Amino acid sequence: MNEQLIFAYRSAGRQGFAPRASGTGELPAEFLRQDEPPLPTASELDVVRHYTRLSQLNFSIDTHFYPLGSCTMKYNPRVCNRLAMLPQFLARHPLAPVEHGQGFLQTMHELQEMLQTVTGMQAVSLTPMAGAQGEFAGVAMIKAYHDARGDSERTQIIVPDAAHGTNPATATMCGCDVVEVPTRPDGDLDIDKLRAVVGPQTAGIMLTNPSTLGVFERQISEIAAIVHAAGGLLYYDGANLNAILGKTSPGAMGFDVVHVNLHKTFSTPHGGGGPGSGAVGVGDKLRPFLPIPYVVKQGGNYVWADEHSCPQSIGRLSAFMGNAGVLLRAYVYMRMLGEAGMQRVSDFAVLNANYLMARLQDEGFALAYPQRRASHEFIISLKQITRDTGVTAMDFAKALLDHGFHAPTTYFPLLVPECLLIEPTESESRQTLDAFVAALVAIRQQAYDDADAVKQAPLTMPVRRLDDVRAAKQPDLIWKQPAA
Amino acid sequence: MPFIPHTDADVAAMLAVTGTSSCADLFDEIPAPLRMAGLQAIGPALSEAEISRLMQSRARADGEPLCFIGAGAYDHYVPAAVWDIATRGEFYSAYTPYQAEASQGTLQVIYEFQTMLAGLTGLDVSNASLYDGATAFAEACLMAVRANRRSKSRRILVARSLHPYYREVATVMLRGQGISLQELPLQDGCCDHAALAALSGKDFAAVAVQQPSFLGNLEQVDALTDWAHANGALAIAVVNPTALAVLRPPGQWGAEGADIACGEGQPLGVPMSAGGPYVGFLVCRQAIVRQMPGRIVGRTLDLDGNPGFTLTLQAREQHIRRSRATSNICTNQGLVATAATIYMALLGAAGLREVAQSCHANTRELVSQLAALPGISPPFTQPYFHEAVLQLDRPVGPVLDALSRQGVLGGFDLSQHYPELGNALLVCATETRGSEDIRAYAASMGEVFGAAA
Repeated sequence: MNEQLIFAYRSAGRQGFAPRASGTGELPAEFLRQDEPPLPTASELDVVRHYTRLSQLNFSIDTHFYPLGSCTMKYNPRVCNRLAMLPQFLARHPLAPVEHGQGFLQTMHELQEMLQTVTGMQAVSLTPMAGAQGEFAGVAMIKAYHDARGDSERTQIIVPDAAHGTNPATATMCGCDVVEVPTRPDGDLDIDKLRAVVGPQTAGIMLTNPSTLGVFERQISEIAAIVHAAGGLLYYDGANLNAILGKTSPGAMGFDVVHVNLHKTFSTPHGGGGPGSGAVGVGDKLRPFLPIPYVVKQGGNYVWADEHSCPQSIGRLSAFMGNAGVLLRAYVYMRMLGEAGMQRVSDFAVLNANYLMARLQDEGFALAYPQRRASHEFIISLKQITRDTGVTAMDFAKALLDHGFHAPTTYFPLLVPECLLIEPTESESRQTLDAFVAALVAIRQQAYDDADAVKQAPLTMPVRRLDDVRAAKQPDLIWKQPAA
Repeated sequence: MPFIPHTDADVAAMLAVTGTSSCADLFDEIPAPLRMAGLQAIGPALSEAEISRLMQSRARADGEPLCFIGAGAYDHYVPAAVWDIATRGEFYSAYTPYQAEASQGTLQVIYEFQTMLAGLTGLDVSNASLYDGATAFAEACLMAVRANRRSKSRRILVARSLHPYYREVATVMLRGQGISLQELPLQDGCCDHAALAALSGKDFAAVAVQQPSFLGNLEQVDALTDWAHANGALAIAVVNPTALAVLRPPGQWGAEGADIACGEGQPLGVPMSAGGPYVGFLVCRQAIVRQMPGRIVGRTLDLDGNPGFTLTLQAREQHIRRSRATSNICTNQGLVATAATIYMALLGAAGLREVAQSCHANTRELVSQLAALPGISPPFTQPYFHEAVLQLDRPVGPVLDALSRQGVLGGFDLSQHYPELGNALLVCATETRGSEDIRAYAASMGEVFGAAA
């Protein structure tokens, strides 16, 4: 099934939605546009039908199991959306006075406090609009801390070789140099190498724990001691917080600053690539540098902390206060979980991952770290199958689509050849996990029986495999009206 | 259990497969000293009915005051179809379209979004969105420094009439890379062209101007764009998409057109929602597309030669290039871009033009009614779009407080960011603020002024 472009619904003079015109402008001609912007001319029904049909071309959590490692594709409760879209919340102007927003500000303040609790931090700012912006805030705060102490030689950010690409990219954006530290064969950081690279130039280290390899970094306290002793700070990338919620916290592990992906752990929707939210939490050392604005309680009222009350802040990261609507959804979800529900999140996310890992191991799939517990995710390597049959992790990913499953994350982390990083989340039932195992087993069988058939997959999607080389070499990035 | 499907029998069977006797065993690699006792501070769970009641009462308490604030967030009417469709689960709960074959819906929407933004701005290519207008501006500055190979400068000349929060965000985001903003001052509410002339021959990576400006005025963008190009700088246009339905687009500014356009897509069907989620956009000339940050969707062919969509030019991005990426951005604002696309498709050029004209007409009406009150006058003579500055004969803060008590949000107090303008108030009326609302505002303002006189 395919759907033509919206621009194909052309009928001169047709308009889907007619606002009531209350007058015409009287702008001087020199400022005016002479051409008609090439927007669609479609009826409301055309538009509704077109975008409804397009939606049906997607896999999503609401329609398919989506075990995309490191993305935490859990169920997004509908009530969170409904309550975030209450008319008064939607109508709130970001610069409206606080007297007209005590309900909203109280909600944000309580969210800050709940995030403080789960991360073990001392203060939280909600303004970063995605994980990568939370990382930026964190590294910028680390730099500001060193600079405020006159310690401005500290320009190196250490990252493990298995780190998410945003970590090194963030360090560069903050003007830092990236120093990579390798991982040992058991999945933990090579701590001797870490000792060798820390020093007077160390600004800090960025870590995810559990790591992107799906295992808990057991030496974390030792790592914290080494980095702190060298004068550096520890940054916690919250991508994998779902695995430890209520069990341990970044604060307990010795981290100084953390970002939380509310669109992962706290179930706000991924929306086809955002909006996210990357709220940041800090210990006392970094509190003065938190990005503004955030909510503080003053007397009985909730007000914004801004440049006047926070002169050392790294400043603003968004025109206003970040992705407020995402924050409301996370708040609703967290209140519905409550204390016990948060523990359940990690209990069942980790149970599902370990169950799926054990089932796949029993079926003969090679685990990347068979001697380790899975966290909320784990890695299998298809290297042997690729060697035997030529069928790659990418082929498995495409074949899974034909079995009605979104593919796991492929080829990340880069350390493990032909890998699938699988994160089932707590939302999925045992029956779904069993069906997923059956699909992988069937694809492997087909790989040995008829490798070419697997390489043809997918066959049931709206399109077959796409020519990525052509897309990059002859970029067609916008539709152009054919010449008349 | 809310959101957990497991039965007791499932749990027992699953634990047996993992060779453990309880979920607690699965966490045995976490060293004991790191274990948390619990999360008592979180409190007990609320049911769906309980949280609904709580949120409704908080929302009601906040009310819906009559809003005449613009300043980067605009209260336009959002047709019902926009979010009804955008929040369909297939859009709402999908992720980044890495598996293109299973994400053609999201990918095609983004391709359409890119096409519409390129059309509105009169430039060649758009990316798939950035977080908001402020970060889009910051990314435009970073991109200009990378793209301008003729300039050695790490300075951007930025109009003081450009949104002050955008300039603050850009300062934060550029600082680490040693890139700074130099301010082009104001004269009569617009860029000071004499000051600009005095800078001729100086090296800047780019010149950035907002049209309409933060103060609502229309800038002489042709002269600014030509100055940029004559001095070896790129021209960055910060624009409002509603205004582009009627105003000359950046691609047609000056002799050669602006090089990069960016801005806030919130006016395109996105509620004000306390500041977000919004959607930043970034559009540029074809020649510099490989310096663009963020995701880009391209159309290509599948194995059978049929057209399809995929993420492309990914060699720019963090997941491939890591520390040498054009930006650290990963997640962007896909769902909001989806809503904006549906909004633009519904309105078309004609509908968007009607919105723009109504906004302009309503703001003129507002200015005329308020300026009729003694003690209020428009300080500038430049044409404006849907925001305008009013000069008051007294400090703005107390006036806004008094209006707020009457349920009117009277505008944005400029005195903190533009002290040189004195008691200056920035007001805005979109198409949703009709004559009745404007009369109500003027009546309240009259009372406030009368009461204080």
